[in-house]
Amino acid sequence: MSIKGKAYVMGAYEHPTRDAPDKTTAQLHTEAAKGALADAGLSFDDVDAYFCAGDAPGFGAMSMVDYMGMRKVRHMDTTETGGSSYLVHLNHACQAIAEGKVNVALITLAGRPRNGGNRPGARMAGGAPPGLSDGPPEAGFENIYGGSTHNTYGMCAMRHMYEYGTTSEQLAWIKVAASHHAQWNEHAFLKDVVTVEQVVNSRMIADPLHLLDCCVVTDGGGALIVTSPEVARSLKRPKVRVLGAGEAPKGPRGGLDLDLTHSGAVWSGPIAFGEAGVTPADIKYASIYDSFTITVLMQLEDLGFCKKGEGGRFVADGNLISGVGKLPFNTDGGGLCNNHPTNRGGITKVIEAVRQLRGEAHPKVQVKNCDLAIAHGTGGSLGTRHASATVIMEREG
Amino acid sequence: MSNVQDKPALMRRPIPAPAVSVETKPFWDAAREGRFLIKRCSDCKKAFWYPRAMCPFCMSAETAWEESPGEGVIYTYSVMHRSPSGPYAIGYVTLDEGPAVLTNFVDVAPGGLSIGMKVKVKFQPTEGGPPAPVFAPA
Repeated sequence: MSIKGKAYVMGAYEHPTRDAPDKTTAQLHTEAAKGALADAGLSFDDVDAYFCAGDAPGFGAMSMVDYMGMRKVRHMDTTETGGSSYLVHLNHACQAIAEGKVNVALITLAGRPRNGGNRPGARMAGGAPPGLSDGPPEAGFENIYGGSTHNTYGMCAMRHMYEYGTTSEQLAWIKVAASHHAQWNEHAFLKDVVTVEQVVNSRMIADPLHLLDCCVVTDGGGALIVTSPEVARSLKRPKVRVLGAGEAPKGPRGGLDLDLTHSGAVWSGPIAFGEAGVTPADIKYASIYDSFTITVLMQLEDLGFCKKGEGGRFVADGNLISGVGKLPFNTDGGGLCNNHPTNRGGITKVIEAVRQLRGEAHPKVQVKNCDLAIAHGTGGSLGTRHASATVIMEREG
Repeated sequence: MSNVQDKPALMRRPIPAPAVSVETKPFWDAAREGRFLIKRCSDCKKAFWYPRAMCPFCMSAETAWEESPGEGVIYTYSVMHRSPSGPYAIGYVTLDEGPAVLTNFVDVAPGGLSIGMKVKVKFQPTEGGPPAPVFAPA
């Protein structure tokens, strides 16, 4: 597949300002976006792909998508190559459009180096007015309240319990399942099998999450190699074929869309399942991001493994334990017991799914005839703004 | 005497100076006067939070500050027990105007919060910045 003739540049806008003492960088990005969309005859609600580089304030693209109130973004790219970033973005946007995943890509650049805008570029003499910041647009209203991963996910668990009657004991089953798997992993950070009682009696960290509801903090890393079918056929390893993928950001969007019992998996999941042509019932093994027990529960619901609100009953009684339950999950012990390198668990989710599909997981946790697997992750915070990503893979041959 | 000692301490947490931008300076200037402002779109009429120059719903550049009584109900919360300054509560308030606001809950014991509880804004001094909005039981 080539991009040749598959994509069009239909809107372009250069911001007229050359000195912006009275606007933030986020605002300039948004004004530029509005100008380009108006030029094309489109609106923010038409945008399903967003591209920005290091000049955009916030955490990747998430702050800007939320600031601009975009509801339909299903593809994000924050590749950073300095001044050429936007040409790289144009190429990547064409690729995303050529593969048929998105229809309208927005690429933005903005900054205020003359006014001390804090990234990128040198601060000019004079700088910003004293005391004024130009960072993530939400920072002044969120970062001052002592939010951490623990208590922002705690807020999700608290609301889930309120709406659906989910219990701490049900959440604990997720840790119990992970610990049953971790006991066979010689590299696991926590190898001891734990009980529901041990989880709910462990020290409270952030209501209603206990110490054992939390993932481990570990050093380390991981890597993946993705190849063309031709290269795959030339190699002497079992072939893991990618069938489908989806991604989606989610945030409070002006405070009217705040909904802490759902994650972006409600959008990324159906895209991936649709592309793969399979359903949750077909999945033999699931790698589900497990920063906390509640993370797993919400994502299982949102991906369609059970109905919303029934996650507590779904995960109870060992249903996630390989060889015991219906949906073996995180058979390496996951982030909850094995590894959460540099507080980012997405890559280890793919790695264990590959082991399962190759039949190379530990024999005690290897899923029989494991020919279809899902790897799903959430980054950022479910309690504020986050991005979900789903990948479905199968063993070929 | 024992009654006083048994009573759990009311939560309070030191708040660092908020980042103030040219876009949000009017909010913090009002906060110094004890007034709680929210933004509303002059075109689609929706109130939104956090404050920003353009409406996140219709992208109109015509948005206006309005004073809010800062009343609402707790949408969710979590009490953080791992804290050098003692337990503190983070959570969201759904304002009567509609938007949800991230905040700390103060003047309440760790066990005294519940979803749906009515709360009202108050301002707490910060470490070298303008006072920040926090919420207490109404």
